[in-house]
Amino acid sequence: MLEIRDLHVSIAGKEILKGINLTVRDGEVHALMGQNGAGKSTLSNVIVGHPAYEVTQGSITFNGRDLLAMKPEERAHEGIFLSFQQPVEIPGVSMVNFMRAAMNAKRKHLGLEPMAAADFLKLMREKRKIVELDTKLANRSVNEGFSGGEKKRNEIFQMAMLEPTLSILDETDSGLDVDALRIVAEGFNRLRTPQTSALVITHYQRLLDYLKPDVVHVLIGGQIVKTAGPELALQIEERGFDWIREEAGL
Amino acid sequence: MNAEKQYIELYEQQRELIARRSAPVMNALRDEAFQCFRQAGFPSRKVERYRYTDVDAAFMPDYGLNLSRLQIPVNPYDVFHCDVPNLSTSLYFVVNDQFYAKAQPKAPLPEGVLVMSLCQAAQDFPELVGKYYGTQARARKDAINALNTMLAQDGLFVYVPHGVAVERPIQVVNILRADVDLMVNRRVLIVLEQGAQVKLLFCDHAIDGRKFLTTQVAEVFVGENAHLELYELEETHAQSSRFSNMYVSQQAYSTAVIDSITLQNGLSRNRTDVALCGEYGETTLYGGVIADGQQRVDNNTLIDHRAAHCQSRELYKYVLDDQAVGAFAGRVLVREGAQKSVSQETNANLCASRSARMYSQPMLEIYADDVKCSHGSTVGQLDEAALFYMRQRGIPEDEARLLLKFAFIGQVIDGIPMTSLRDRLHYLVEKRFRGELGKCGGCQNALNCER
Repeated sequence: MLEIRDLHVSIAGKEILKGINLTVRDGEVHALMGQNGAGKSTLSNVIVGHPAYEVTQGSITFNGRDLLAMKPEERAHEGIFLSFQQPVEIPGVSMVNFMRAAMNAKRKHLGLEPMAAADFLKLMREKRKIVELDTKLANRSVNEGFSGGEKKRNEIFQMAMLEPTLSILDETDSGLDVDALRIVAEGFNRLRTPQTSALVITHYQRLLDYLKPDVVHVLIGGQIVKTAGPELALQIEERGFDWIREEAGL
Repeated sequence: MNAEKQYIELYEQQRELIARRSAPVMNALRDEAFQCFRQAGFPSRKVERYRYTDVDAAFMPDYGLNLSRLQIPVNPYDVFHCDVPNLSTSLYFVVNDQFYAKAQPKAPLPEGVLVMSLCQAAQDFPELVGKYYGTQARARKDAINALNTMLAQDGLFVYVPHGVAVERPIQVVNILRADVDLMVNRRVLIVLEQGAQVKLLFCDHAIDGRKFLTTQVAEVFVGENAHLELYELEETHAQSSRFSNMYVSQQAYSTAVIDSITLQNGLSRNRTDVALCGEYGETTLYGGVIADGQQRVDNNTLIDHRAAHCQSRELYKYVLDDQAVGAFAGRVLVREGAQKSVSQETNANLCASRSARMYSQPMLEIYADDVKCSHGSTVGQLDEAALFYMRQRGIPEDEARLLLKFAFIGQVIDGIPMTSLRDRLHYLVEKRFRGELGKCGGCQNALNCER
């Protein structure tokens, strides 16, 4: 599904990613771990096409297509979704208008007619239940005045609406209490299918307890220095990153 | 500095014709206004309240005037079908400066309520009109007042007697219609007696692609415990210049909501002065501006707290794109003795292009020591983080920009108490941003006039 080859990325002239290679197949959940500043969020931002980052070398293909040639919105239409580390507040744009615009843009891309208003509202009602968001959601401005937990649940709600094939969770667990974490993680798991994949960026094991990744990568200094099975996340939880750093000769 | 010459000559040559086709009450003030105008001329940009608009340049070109009051052949019902869904209004028209006497509103107005030609009213009710006419819009205060007072022959008169509440909103559509470039001097007088209530909706349209220069001077009197809602919506075109001065005086316990929205225009300079003359008065002044291309919109406001215990809220928002230029200068004056005044003034602006320009000048002057006042202003660009967030969800960039602009200006509309008008304005604003305003099915002729 996702193929990253020798990816080098700079922001404002400073190289952050220094040759990333990563393959995510259909149905797989990959965890990406690493200390602050290692380049985890850079990688997720580059995959979704954030304009601040410059790809200086390498390639990313998604289902065989050149992702780097696509606009952010085209990547979304192709099925890529980022759950933001800090979801953006958009005062004055209601959730219902926001989601309708997103949904209909995707449908247009797929050659479908816009969704009828009644069907759309029904769908919103169904999907918000997955993450236990309340009935007022539709008329609230996007993320405005949402608590930290609500913002993250709102990200998963949007994922449920848009049904992406590749979801990137960028520290979706940060700032969540245990109940909210459970709601978010269980919501995410309900959306999984054999065709959907995920890249999960996290510092902690507790989210991975729920999500059960197939592969765990460790990113240090802009490179993936270790890749292993789910047991790697447990080892990091216990021993930190230093031993990996030493092992890699850094 | 010689744009005034042609108007001085015009008045000297045509004063008799002007007066003959108007009413004595209006004629009584002409000569004095003329003297003021001849003496002071048009204000230069060194005059504080005209810093952002080149008046001379706007008045320099040669325009025709309809001083002999020829009937303009037009049936407003043919050219204007703007139905506001769920908003049933009593609909009237003013063609250029002439009240359209053949209007047939759906329902009769309550007894004693007048909506009519100002000239006719000045003839039929000279004492009533004479009591108010020209008492706020003094010729010596302002060149536009002077020019309008010396040249205006007609316009609109709205009168709501003591204690009468007009339930159905009164909509007045000002239609600019001409086969030559035309100057229009329109005069408006609105009187709400004690305890009266009325909602007024003024819509400005230009149905011909000619150049129009409009001066409009409106005097509004809100009596004790009276309630006014006044909405002004400008949808003209790039060839239209508008100089509007509105003076509002409020007596004790009165409320006024005044909302001015510029959707499409060429050059507009709107001055709005509100005087809170009696205790416990409340003023809400809203303004929304959407401008692109070469549009220029200059709003200049004064809220004058003359009495104690009054409240005022002011919010103006601009969305500027392309080379549009916006200006807002809002002065709130709290006079000595106007204790317990509460006032809040905000001007927020969005420049969506690098070449759009905004001049913002909120001003607060306080001469009382027990008041609660605030003022603030912002000028910014579209939020890049929000744009990216929306694009990540699949919303195309243009659509995302539109949604953000729409949300920004929406705050002005959300403050409107009348739900159906609010919905209609949201709809119009969205159409405006999508560049579809000219395609509005209801108003095809009225709006298909951009050159």
